[in-house]
Amino acid sequence: MDVDHLVMMANQIARNLAARGDEAAVALMVEHIQDFWDPRMKAGILTADPKKFEPIAASAVAQFGAHH
Amino acid sequence: MGYEPQADFGTPEVRSETSVTLTIDGRAVTVPAGTSVMRAAAESGGAIPKLCATDNVAAFGSCRLCLVEVDGMRGTPASCTTPVAQGMVVHTQTPHLQKLRKGVMELYISDHPLDCLTCSANNDCELQDTAAQVGLRDVRYGYDGANHLGLETDSSNPYFDFDPSKCIACSRCVRACDEVQGTFALTMDGRGFASTISAGQAGDNFLGSECVSCGACVQACPTATLQEKAVKEIGKPERAVITTCAYCGVGCTFRAEMRGEQLVRMVPWKDGKANRGHSCVKGRFAWGYAHHKDRITTPMIRESIDQPWREVSWDEALSHTAGRLRAIKEQYGARALGGITSSRCTNEETYLVQKLVRAGFGSNNVDTCARVCHSPTGYGLKQTFGTSAGTQDFDSVMDADVILLIGANPTDAHPVFASRMKRRLRQGAELIVVDPRRIDLVRSPHVEAAHHLALQPGTNVAVLTAMAHVIVTEGLIDEAFVRERCELDAYEDWARFVSDSRHSPEVLEAVTRVPAADLRAAARLYATGGNAAIYYGLGVTEHSQGSSTVMAIANLAMATGNVGRRGVGVNPLRGQNNVQGACDMGSFPHELSGYRHISDKATRALFEQDWGVVLDPEPGLRIPNMLDAAVDGSFRAIYIQGEDILQSDPNTHHVAAGLAAMDMVIVHDLFLNETANYAHVFLPGSTFLEKDGTFTNAERRIQLVRKVMEPANGGAGSKGLADWQVTQALANAMGLGWDYAHPSEIMDEIARLTPSFSGVSHARLDEAGSLQWPVNAAHPDGSPIMHEDGFVRGKGHFVVTDYVPTDERTGPRFPLLLTTGRILSQYNVGAQTRRTENSIWHEEDVLEIHPTDAENRGLNSGDWVRLASRTGETTLRAMVTDRVAPGVVYTTFHHPATQANVVTTEYSDWATNCPEYKVTAVQVSPSNGSSDWQRDYNEHAARSRRIVGHAEAAE
Repeated sequence: MDVDHLVMMANQIARNLAARGDEAAVALMVEHIQDFWDPRMKAGILTADPKKFEPIAASAVAQFGAHH
Repeated sequence: MGYEPQADFGTPEVRSETSVTLTIDGRAVTVPAGTSVMRAAAESGGAIPKLCATDNVAAFGSCRLCLVEVDGMRGTPASCTTPVAQGMVVHTQTPHLQKLRKGVMELYISDHPLDCLTCSANNDCELQDTAAQVGLRDVRYGYDGANHLGLETDSSNPYFDFDPSKCIACSRCVRACDEVQGTFALTMDGRGFASTISAGQAGDNFLGSECVSCGACVQACPTATLQEKAVKEIGKPERAVITTCAYCGVGCTFRAEMRGEQLVRMVPWKDGKANRGHSCVKGRFAWGYAHHKDRITTPMIRESIDQPWREVSWDEALSHTAGRLRAIKEQYGARALGGITSSRCTNEETYLVQKLVRAGFGSNNVDTCARVCHSPTGYGLKQTFGTSAGTQDFDSVMDADVILLIGANPTDAHPVFASRMKRRLRQGAELIVVDPRRIDLVRSPHVEAAHHLALQPGTNVAVLTAMAHVIVTEGLIDEAFVRERCELDAYEDWARFVSDSRHSPEVLEAVTRVPAADLRAAARLYATGGNAAIYYGLGVTEHSQGSSTVMAIANLAMATGNVGRRGVGVNPLRGQNNVQGACDMGSFPHELSGYRHISDKATRALFEQDWGVVLDPEPGLRIPNMLDAAVDGSFRAIYIQGEDILQSDPNTHHVAAGLAAMDMVIVHDLFLNETANYAHVFLPGSTFLEKDGTFTNAERRIQLVRKVMEPANGGAGSKGLADWQVTQALANAMGLGWDYAHPSEIMDEIARLTPSFSGVSHARLDEAGSLQWPVNAAHPDGSPIMHEDGFVRGKGHFVVTDYVPTDERTGPRFPLLLTTGRILSQYNVGAQTRRTENSIWHEEDVLEIHPTDAENRGLNSGDWVRLASRTGETTLRAMVTDRVAPGVVYTTFHHPATQANVVTTEYSDWATNCPEYKVTAVQVSPSNGSSDWQRDYNEHAARSRRIVGHAEAAE
C-alpha cells in the first residue's frame, strides 16, 4: 500500500478526533484503525516514518503497533 | 390482478377522531367527520357520477354532475363539496337528479368528438363511463355550433400528448400540478367557452413550459386529452402488477401496466406509502432503457482489455470466471479478491454478492456505492443514535413546523418527496436552506425559504457548530430531553465546546461566509419553531468532514429534543433506490447484515454455522482502498455488480489505473458501461422489471419488486437469468452448492441471520404492502419512527465535532471551488436515463458560473470552457447564472463525454473514505473543444467496446 497515502489518512483522522482531548483521541484512533482498516493497511501504517505523523497519530499508531 | 383502474373515491381521505353516521340511498354509512358525501358514498359501494373530482386533489365543485338530494336541505348540493353530517339522509339516484345530470352531460358531449371507437382512451375514459352512468342517449343541440374540435395536439413532450380537442375543462390537470406536484406550470386560460388549459404563457408548449413531466396531470385527466404516447401506440393494458421504482431512494411504488410481457405504462400506485400516488419523470416515464439497443444480453469474455469481446455461453463464461478466480486466489491469497454490491439491485442480490465474497472468495473485501454517498450517515448516526438509518417515515414531514434542509436538492434528486415537502411548506411550515447554491426550494411558486445560508463549500461543520453555539449560549436547549434521553457527560463536554466564543457565528463568518445575524436567526427558528426536522443529502456527506457533519446534525436534533416523534428527526435523503438496503445487507467490508461488526465473534459464529465456512475476522478493503491495493499489486480481481465506478468515483485516472492493474475485472451490468472498458468478463444483467425481490428506501421501508417479464439475457432456447441467479451460478461454478429457488428463500435466510429483519418475509410484505425495519418481536409491524422510547444505543451520544478545513485549498492556480450535483431528468451516471427520451431536457453536463467570475474570464453562456484541477481537466459548456455564489462553480456528472470526475480529487471523509466530491479547487478558462484526455478516452472507449462478429461497437 502507498504508505504516504496511509500517513495522510492517519493524520486526517487525528485532526478530526483532536477536539475530543488527546487521551480520548488516541484511544478512538486506535479503535478506528482496528475497526475499519484492512490488514495490509494496518501493516502498512506500521512501516511509516514516525516523524511524518502529527502527535495524536504518532501515539495512536505506536499504541496500535504495540498491541498488533 | 387484471387491469382495472384503481378505485377513485372522488375527494381525499380525511383523518378525524370523530366519526359521523349518515344514510346514503338507504345504506347506513360511518365515516370520519369532514369526509365529503361523495367519498362516503364511494366508500360504501356507491358511485355518484363525477368529472372534476378525483381523490388526489381537493374538491372543486365545477362539473355539476355529482349533485345529490339531502332530506331537509334545499336544492341539489354538489356531493364533492358537501361534508357529511350526523343523521344526514342522502339520495344519490332520483329521477330529478338523473334529469339534471343528463342535461349537464349533454352539454359536455356537444363539444366533444364522438370518435370513441378509435380513441386511445376507449374503454378507459371517465367521460365515456359517466355518459353511460347518466344514461345519455342523444344530444339535442347537434354538433354544428361553435366548438373546440379542431384544436391541434401538442406533442412536444416526449412521453405524453395534450389534445385540447378532447378537453372538458375540468381543471383536474391544473389542480394536480398545483396540489400534488407543486410546480404550478398549468393554468386555465380564458373564460367561459374560451377556457383552455395552458402550459405556461400563451405560445408555450408543454416542453417549453415549466412542466417537469411528473405525469400527475396525465394521471388526473378523465379523458384522452392528456395521455401517454405509449398507450396511443400500444393500446389499453390487460393487467397491472404492483412493483417498486428502481431510480432514487424515495422508493415510489407503481402499477406496471402490461400487455403480455410488454410494458405499456407505469402509473403511481395510490396505496404506496412512500409516494402516495405521485411520481416523477424518471420513474413514470424513463424506463425505455430496459429495451435499448445498447443492452448486452449475451455473456462475453476476453483475455486482455485491448482485445475485442467474444460472445460465449453462460456455461463458458461462468466456468472461465470461476477458474480464473480460483487461480488468483491460489496464487495471491483470498484477500486479493473482492466485490462491489449494487445499490440498484435487490436486497436479495446484494446479500448474495457479499455472501459470495465472504464465503466464496474468502475475504471481506466487499463494498458498495454507499461508500461514495452515504457511508458517513452510517458512521455518524451509529455513533450518536446507535443505528445507521434515518429516523422518520416520509409522512412525518406533514407534521413538521420547521424544515432544515442541508446539502440536498430534493426537487431534482428526490422529486416525489420534494412535492410532499412543498405541500407542507405551502401549509405554512418554515424552511431553512443550507446550501452554497440557490436551489429551487429557496424560492419557487408559493415556497420561499425563511433563511438561505449560502455557505462556502466545505464549511458545513463550522455552520452547524455555530448554530449549536447559538442554541446553547442563548439557552434554547431542550433540557428535559437531554437529561432523560442523552448521556449527560458527553452533552456537557459538547455544550462547553460549542459555547466557546471561537465557535460563535460572528467569528466563524470569516470561514463560512454566512452573515452571523442570518445564522443566529436560523438557529433560533430551528430550536424554537415547533417540530423541527432535518433533511440532508450528499452535500453533507461527500466532504472530508462528512461523518463529522452527520454527527453535528444529530447533536443539534438531540439538543433541541427533535428526535423520537412525528414531525421531527434526522432524515438522510438517500440517493439510490436500494442504497439503504445494500448497507443493511452487509455490503460494507467491516460489517455483516444488520450493522454487526465482523470482529464480533458471536455474530461471525452465527454466519459461519449457517454458511458452513470460516470467516475472516479482519475488516476488508473499501472501494478506494481496493484501487490503492490494486495499483500496489496486492488486490487482483473484482466482481462488480451494477455499478460504474469509472464514471461515478472520484479521480478517474486513479480508478482507471486501479482497474487496469487487476488480472480479472468482472462487470455484471445491463450495458457496456465505462468500467467495462477495463473488464475481462461481462455478465449481462437484468432490469428491475425482470426479477423478484425487495428494495429498501430512505425511510427503511422494505417493498416488493415483482417480475413482469422474463430476463432479456437468455440465449436461443434458454431462459434468461435474473441477477441473483447469475451470482448463484457463479458461486456454484466455484463449488459453493447454493440452491435458492426464489428470492423469497434468500430473504428467509436474511431474516434468520439478522435481528432487525427477523419478522420480514416476502409473504408478510405481500400482505402488509411494505414494512419499515426493524421488524421483529419488539416491532412486529415495523417502525415508522425510530428512537421513540429511547435511542437504539440506549442514551443519545453527543460527539464533539470541530471544524477542520479540507486539504483541498484554492490558490492562484485554482482559484474557484467546484461542487457537483444532479438534475431532475438524468440519474447518476446516466446509464439508464441517457438511454431514454429524458435527454431532451439535459443533453450534456454544463458548468454553472457566477456572472462576475464569467466576466473576469470573458465567458458567456454556451461557451466551451476548460475545467481544470490538480487532478485533471475536461471541457464542457458554461452557463452564466447567479444561482452559484462568486468563487463557486457547479456541474453534474451524468455524461461520460464530460466525466466531471476526471477533475475531482482523492480527498475523502476522514472516517469512511467517502470522496470529497463537493469541494475541488479548479480554474475555468475559454476552450476550443475537447481536452486531450477526452479525445483519448473516446478512442479507448470505442476500442474497448468492440465485439467479435458485430460490425459496430455497442455504445
